[in-house]
Amino acid sequence: MAVVFQKPKSLTDAPLHYCPGCTHGIIHRLVAEAIDELQIEGKTIGVAPVGCAVMAYDYFACDMVEAAHGRAPAVATGLKRALPENIIFTYQGDGDLASIGMAETVHAATRNENITVIFVNNAIYGMTGGQMAPTSLPGQVTQTSPYGRDTATVGFPIRVSEMLATLDGPEFIQRVAVNNVKNVNAAKKAIKKAFQNQIEGKGFSLIEVVSSCPTNWGMTPKKALEWVEEKMIPYYPLGVYKDRSANKEEK
Amino acid sequence: MAEKVLMKGNEAIAEAAIRAGCMHYFGYPITPQTEIAAYMAKRMPKIGGVFLQAESEIAAINMVYGVAGTGLRVMTSSSSPGVSLKGEGISYLAGSDLPALIVNVQRGGPGLGGIQPSQSDYFQATRGGGHGDYHLIVMAPASVQEMADMTAKCFDLSDKYRVPAMILADGTLGQMMEPVVLPEPTDYKPNKPWAVTGTECKRKHNIINSLYLKPEQLEQTNFERYERYKAIEENEPLWEEFMMEDAEVCVAAFGIAARVSKNAIMAARAEGIKVGMIRPITLWPFPKKPFKAAADKCKAFISVELSMGQMIEDVQLATECKRPVTLCNRTGGMIPSPEEVLEAIKKAAGGNK
Repeated sequence: MAVVFQKPKSLTDAPLHYCPGCTHGIIHRLVAEAIDELQIEGKTIGVAPVGCAVMAYDYFACDMVEAAHGRAPAVATGLKRALPENIIFTYQGDGDLASIGMAETVHAATRNENITVIFVNNAIYGMTGGQMAPTSLPGQVTQTSPYGRDTATVGFPIRVSEMLATLDGPEFIQRVAVNNVKNVNAAKKAIKKAFQNQIEGKGFSLIEVVSSCPTNWGMTPKKALEWVEEKMIPYYPLGVYKDRSANKEEK
Repeated sequence: MAEKVLMKGNEAIAEAAIRAGCMHYFGYPITPQTEIAAYMAKRMPKIGGVFLQAESEIAAINMVYGVAGTGLRVMTSSSSPGVSLKGEGISYLAGSDLPALIVNVQRGGPGLGGIQPSQSDYFQATRGGGHGDYHLIVMAPASVQEMADMTAKCFDLSDKYRVPAMILADGTLGQMMEPVVLPEPTDYKPNKPWAVTGTECKRKHNIINSLYLKPEQLEQTNFERYERYKAIEENEPLWEEFMMEDAEVCVAAFGIAARVSKNAIMAARAEGIKVGMIRPITLWPFPKKPFKAAADKCKAFISVELSMGQMIEDVQLATECKRPVTLCNRTGGMIPSPEEVLEAIKKAAGGNK
């Protein structure tokens, strides 16, 4: 019988610990598919964050490093500077990348560090049980914003892709989503490009993946994906925010 | 015989690190250690190495963590407030069993403190400094020559035991110039099967990690690490004994405090006082043995420190509180004068007659 679908080589056999309906599984798969297709598994080193994806080091079959909370871009910088021929990626959530690790994120971007960053934005701290994230939407109810995110007292969500795109440094910034097949396919393409850019030595590529957290949003998986479409994407519009090489070619 | 050159302590560390095969340096500007970064910035690009000024001390130590994971020799340097910031990353290095060198050219504290020399990070250095059960190998130079020699030694020990190492110097040693014979360059090639270098699809993936959600596993990992610490405590303590043969009073001092103390001891000897010194060279492992032996023949101990008294606790522990241990100290960037130490020696010698 012909094999029509199988697990990417770049994922191990370890069972994922993610909650039912969580989109981390899809995003792990997309990253692994990109690594497989580019045939870079043997020279790829991934950096896992602190957050729901902390145990990504057990799931990706390439060499892995577990970083301190928010420090993945700095750790990836060290790895890349030590091994410039290897392919280095980080996989980080919104609390990790846009709150405690914002400085590391911005500076890796402005250095145009030749790494690939997968940024999973689900607008909440998942692992610790659903606290307000830097990307939680105005009015969003979380454990630490029980009356809804009040922008008057805690400020507004951060649009990471837009913010980083203002820098001269980074090569490629795109926001994608994984709430339907069309978006998953687009996300795959973007992630692959982010790795391809690194192979070509183009520099810092960040893919923001608008994602869902049914458990901590208190929704069914289906309802959560609808919420992505109705609430998240309008606040975090999908698209390419920066593509330096493409713009150069146009000029 | 190798040529002597005149160098600042901070520069001697930088050049010795390069000669030990350290081709990656990450740092952030802070007085009084900036010469290390400046030296690296000048040299590294010329020899195919990496100098990177990080956005923060936190980023710098995590860049170190990344390079250390690949098995290459790597270092960072800072001064007291900056080392506090590095504490998180140092704990992760220890928890992931990664070798690396951290240099602390101490200044007065707490808080922003001052920029003058100090030894008040002794507790932080010898007790780990960050969270969790761990130690660093800590060496305390007392001359520019030792700054250079200890840099090479720290890299070797750190690799051997997979324990991060620290040079605990101070602003005086960092800034002062002395003739130094630099160590011979080594052609360092890592042989670390645990390192992340890419699997080349030939082996199972390596993981650099300090997370153990099962308490039995974390406990076991800590037990194993402490077995290595035990070996370090047995094999690696270093110290210098100065005029201890007939000493009745024993001065304990490290780094710049030991140099001041030597002058005071000479002066005291000229007055007929039988005084000597034990200078810890490794602060962790603390050289317990010579202190324990001295406790049987000396009647009093004096801990001379540029702090409110931190090493004094280790002296008390090592001597098992058999003899009185007094403190002769200045702090906040002040250095005790030889006269002050001499007074303390006289008091200790006379007080117990």
